[in-house]
Parts: sequence; structure tokens; C-alpha cells
Amino acid sequence: MSAERRPLTRRAAAIGGATGVYGVSFGVLSVAAGLSVAQTCAMSLLVFTGASQFAVVGVLSAGGSVSAALAPALLLAARNGVYGLSLVPILRGRLGRRALESQLIIDESTAMARAQPDPASARLAFLATGISVFICWNLGTLLGAAAGSSLGDPRRLGLDAMFPAAFLALLAPQLRRPGAPAAALSGAAIALMLVPLAPAGVPILAASLGVVPGLWWAHRRAPREAPET
Amino acid sequence: MTWAALLGLAAAAYAMKAIGPVALGRRQLPPAVLETLGMLSIPLLAALVAVQTFGGAHRLVVDARVPAMAVAAVLVWRRAPFPVVLAAAAVTAALLRL
Repeated sequence: MSAERRPLTRRAAAIGGATGVYGVSFGVLSVAAGLSVAQTCAMSLLVFTGASQFAVVGVLSAGGSVSAALAPALLLAARNGVYGLSLVPILRGRLGRRALESQLIIDESTAMARAQPDPASARLAFLATGISVFICWNLGTLLGAAAGSSLGDPRRLGLDAMFPAAFLALLAPQLRRPGAPAAALSGAAIALMLVPLAPAGVPILAASLGVVPGLWWAHRRAPREAPET
Repeated sequence: MTWAALLGLAAAAYAMKAIGPVALGRRQLPPAVLETLGMLSIPLLAALVAVQTFGGAHRLVVDARVPAMAVAAVLVWRRAPFPVVLAAAAVTAALLRL
């Protein structure tokens, strides 16, 4: 069993390392947007959801007010609520333990957990990824905040292209499930259509509706395949 | 940004994460609900990929991220290691922006 688990923890470490790089760029951007080093580090420790944190410093550095910065951050954080619901079957420890583990609910840990075949390895994947990302994200934030703007524009280094690449790599193995391609395509289409129309965060949340065509597709196929067996 | 706003955001972000595992707890969910929840991450991840590839300030843009994602997609398809996919996407975008 431990031989099977090794690639899983290695993958978790790789995801952690990659988010550490984002953490550095978050630290740089946050200090550039006017937050103190202490506030920047506190945000990574306590908020701990990258997209929301980037949304806050993005709006603030563009001259927006704090309330204008919090709205998209909260909308982006709402998807963690959906992730949390999807992890209910996996996180089944005592209340105190579940309360602690909840802080680790983010895109990466959820995607890694959902990519596993059984609840035991899903739980391990969730914890390994969550802890690895938590450590690297916070160390990266501290580094970036301390180094400040001397590291340059993260966009020039192509760091913004790493986000969608990471999510694509996490999504790809899940696309083999029945109905998954329909759910993925509808989710992407809904989100892209809403980008010009809705505030940041809404397109991602609304993309949850992609489960409807996904489930429809999965159930539409089931009765046709059944008689063949 | 004030500390109050920051702590408020942290509390709200945590509350949303904890709704499922803390409030629902160990209750058994009906199979239909479990199936729906199990599929939720798929459109959400696909939306993150799409928005972070084409998203601009309230509009869709095609820039260096698009060819970077094409490179990443080929590498994902060829089952390249995760760090290689991330590095290739970043290098492609950075080279195109020189």
C-alpha cells in the first residue's frame, strides 16, 4: 500500500512547490498594492485561498476600495463551499479534526482528492496536498513580501499561465468519467459567457450549473449500455 | 486594507469552507446528492481553466496565455509530469512576451 502511496505524496509535493511560486508572486503583488508584510502573511495563513487573495490585491492595486476588493474575493471563496460539500464523504473524522481540515479545502486539494479511486486514498491525497500547499504557499508569500518588487512583474515571467495549466492537469484525469466532458464543456462555456457580464467570481460559481448537462449525459447513456451486458 | 477587513474576509472564507464538513458532518447523504457533488469539481475546474486562459478585465482576451495553454494541453495529453507542464506553460508565455 505504501508503495502505491508514494507517487501520490510526490505529486502533492509538486503541487505544493508550484503553488509556492504563486505564493511568491502573491507576496510581491500584495506589498505592491499597499498591504504590510504582516497583513500579507496573515492573509495567506488565515484566508488561504489563492484566487480570492489575488482578487483582493488586484482590485486594491488598480485603485479600488476595500469593499470593492472584498466582493469578488468572497464570490471566489464561495466555490470552496461547494468543494467542502463535495468532500463530506471523505472528511469523516471528529468535529475538531474536520474543523481543522476545512481550512485546507482549496482547488488543488479538492481536485487531488476527487482524482482518487477510493475514499482512503482520497483522504490521503486531500491531506498531503492541502498541507504541502499550505506550507509552500505561506513560505512563498513570506519570501515574496520580504523581497518586494525586486523580483519584477510575475506576468513577464509567465506565472499567470501556470494557473490554468495546473487546473488543466488536475482536470484531465477526471474527464474519463461518464458525463464529465459534457460537464466540463458546459462549465467552461457558462464561465466564458459571463466574464464580460458579471463581477469577478460569478462566472466560476455559475459554472457549477455544468453538472446539470453532465448528469443528464451520464444518465442518458446508462440505459442504452445496460442491455449489452 | 484594514486588519478588520482582512480578518472579516478570513472568517467568511473559512465559514464557506467549513459548511460541508462541519455542519453536515458525518451524516450520510443520499446517492443522488453524492453523485452531483462528485461531479461539481469538473465544471468548476474547467471554468477556472477557461477564465484564467481568456479572462481579462470584464472581457475575453487572447494573449500569450493561449499558446502557453496549447503547449500545456499537449503535455497533459502526453502525460508529462506535473511540474514540467507548469514550467512549459510559464516559459512559453514568458518567451512570447519578450
